[in-house]
Amino acid sequence: MRALRSAAALTAAVAAALAAVSGCAQKSDAAADDAQDGAVQVTATDDGCAVSKKEFPAGHLRLAVKNKGTKVTEVYVYAPGDRIVTERENIGPGTGADIVAEIAPGPYEIACKPGMKGDGIRQKVTATGKGTAPARDPKLDKAVAAYRTYVQEQADRTLPEARKFADAVKAGDIEAAKKAYAVSRTGWERTEPVAESFGDIDPKVDVRADGLEDGQQWTGWHKLEQSLWEKKEITADDKKLADRLITDLEDWRKRVGKAEITPTGMANGAKELLDEVATGKVTGEEERYSHTDLSDFQANVEGAQKAYELLKPVAAENRPELTKELDKQFAAIRALLDRHRDSGSPDGFAAYDTVGKDERKELSDGVNALAEPLSKLAAAVATAK
Amino acid sequence: MTGGGTKKSAESAAGPAAETGTDGAAAPEAGASAPRTPSRRALLGWGGAGLALGAVAAGGTAAALRTGGDAAPAAAARPAEAVPFHGAHQAGIATAVQDRLHFAAFDVKTDDRAELITLLKEWTRAAARMTAGAQIGSGAIGSLAEAPPDDTGEALGLPPSRLTLTFGIGPSLFGAGGEDRFGIRDRRPAALVDLPRFPGDNLDPARGGGDLCVQACADDPQVAVHAIRNLARIGFGKVAVRWSQLGFGKTSSTTPDAQTPRNMFGFKDGTRNIAGTDAKALERHVWVGARDEKGGGAWMAGGSYLVARRIRMHIETWDRTSLREQEEIFGRDKGEGAAVGRKHEHDEPHLPSMPPASHVRLAHPDSNDGIRILRRGYSFTDGTDGLGRLDAGLFFLAYQRDVRQGFIPLQQRLARHDALNEYIQHVGSALFAVPPGVGGADDWWGRGLFA
Repeated sequence: MRALRSAAALTAAVAAALAAVSGCAQKSDAAADDAQDGAVQVTATDDGCAVSKKEFPAGHLRLAVKNKGTKVTEVYVYAPGDRIVTERENIGPGTGADIVAEIAPGPYEIACKPGMKGDGIRQKVTATGKGTAPARDPKLDKAVAAYRTYVQEQADRTLPEARKFADAVKAGDIEAAKKAYAVSRTGWERTEPVAESFGDIDPKVDVRADGLEDGQQWTGWHKLEQSLWEKKEITADDKKLADRLITDLEDWRKRVGKAEITPTGMANGAKELLDEVATGKVTGEEERYSHTDLSDFQANVEGAQKAYELLKPVAAENRPELTKELDKQFAAIRALLDRHRDSGSPDGFAAYDTVGKDERKELSDGVNALAEPLSKLAAAVATAK
Repeated sequence: MTGGGTKKSAESAAGPAAETGTDGAAAPEAGASAPRTPSRRALLGWGGAGLALGAVAAGGTAAALRTGGDAAPAAAARPAEAVPFHGAHQAGIATAVQDRLHFAAFDVKTDDRAELITLLKEWTRAAARMTAGAQIGSGAIGSLAEAPPDDTGEALGLPPSRLTLTFGIGPSLFGAGGEDRFGIRDRRPAALVDLPRFPGDNLDPARGGGDLCVQACADDPQVAVHAIRNLARIGFGKVAVRWSQLGFGKTSSTTPDAQTPRNMFGFKDGTRNIAGTDAKALERHVWVGARDEKGGGAWMAGGSYLVARRIRMHIETWDRTSLREQEEIFGRDKGEGAAVGRKHEHDEPHLPSMPPASHVRLAHPDSNDGIRILRRGYSFTDGTDGLGRLDAGLFFLAYQRDVRQGFIPLQQRLARHDALNEYIQHVGSALFAVPPGVGGADDWWGRGLFA
């Protein structure tokens, strides 16, 4: 939950990082004119992606795409870290499309994806201009790209699980819906800071009763959670909400590749995942009806660990004692969570209302022990050695 | 945004100062020339106490520093005053009692002796900085924008406020009733006993015990809370806060010439407290002597033992008690605080003529073979208890040379006979060995134990 704060925090971090990385010199009227005169010609075939020039002025970029292949294709422009700057789907054989974008100086990749699948056929290009971007450690670009892949995978795998859940709700099968509930959230919980960066999706799918604003309709997972566990009935409205959840998650899956992800954003996102645990899960507030907080907890930790592992090569160079501590604390928290596993429950964890006060304190101490050093990760990847 | 360049002054200016053990902001050669970090004191300017303290701090001794502070013009000196951190005994015991308290007990989570020692060194360094009014680490502002600051910042711009941080070690750290995690079982002082159960105790384990403790006293609650919060933050992963208590309105005074403050029952209590200036009484009743501990516990020489008790007061029933009964229970009059049949607060009570169950009579040294303890308790009010009753009372803190001759016999007597027991209940309890003072920059809290 907590959409606004997290999103704002992420955006702020991203803005700062982007400024650092790209120099962010967007305005360049002269350059824009040049670009308009000379659109970059992209010729897509079934096994090729030819571009008319590999260097062009930053500012207003226009791609004139022609699909000369036999498959439907799509064309993407990626910034470092595989962030989608712009994209166009469904360019049929023999047809063309114009794609425009405002871009800052720096390196990019243009990708054609025949059959609209995979990473595509890529061409490295450069947008030139005054504020040329200081080179970022390629290891960090690699980390961002890998994390973006992870985020997309999590969204992709969430949909089938969420559909299972939605189908059970629509079938009026309370027991089956309860079983599918926590599992359907795993991918979302693993990547929550990125998911939340789309401020409009989170309030639709993951809002809790106490997070509703006046006049806001309660939709998403937690509304259905309440119906299943507290009200113990599935209404006609709930069935509609199940469909809407899928629609909103589809929207998320489509847009997640465009999220702005930076190394410091990843690091702070990892910390935010632990913040989620500290404020919502350890207290049992997040899953107050289903008491499946521990599986959210586990997913948050997994997502944080993924971001950390990807940044670790750089962080370990800058702050070896920090990564040593983080390795230790990630292991400790996972061992602590393992103590609450319950193979008999659908999500693999004990219900949180059976976890005693002392054990909750222990989990809370574990979260603090991990989150505090994790809050230093952003500095460790941002500070050049 | 660039990372490295912005850290600058905080670290370079205050860091070395902490290492050399002098008061960073006030080191004399720094006074006029060198660019300085905005420590809390520096922000107040270089007038009055800052200069006086600084001049004497260079001389190095705790006693001299105290004099220096006192010698400064009172009005200017008070708010900016810093209590010296280094010395033969820890500050915060004989130190004139400040107005506010944040006391915290910690569980040690690590089993790694080296890691615990590293933490104690980090804590000591941070404590020296904070008591001097300086920020810790690279400060609260000015470092990397995308990372959280080292110092939490809520004391930014506030004077040192006579902050003292006093460190103690609980019996459980020695593996009492469990595993000897740090190989120190044979270093446990004989006087660090397990407190017996006293009649009427209703102890909540969540409000008692602890492997370590830090007592933060200051004239400003924000400064005391800042100190505990930052130490807890430094400690995450190695220690976890087990319980903590905020206190206000000191209930006893180590400057007995001043009027004794009142407790939540409206009475003056502890008028016979040991004065922080009474060196003889301190040697006899408070500081552990060089020959007190034979063998493993010898590291405690110069230290003291701290008993902490959360004493809940039944405020509402007390307030419905007649004035006469209230006065008989305490054995004093409510207005002046004089013992029964006497005129003034500090007049020596005539014990045989006092009600036998009165608090003063029972607690008086003459009723207890001359036992004296140094009390530093605070009132507390933690809101309301869910039944609409004020959750309030006395957070009792007492220092003594040996609890076996101090708190234990005294409390055994009081717990059995004190008329006050009808209106109070002990709900939290802890005992800590408080090591001697930190000698200088290379010294750290608990070094004697782990040496």
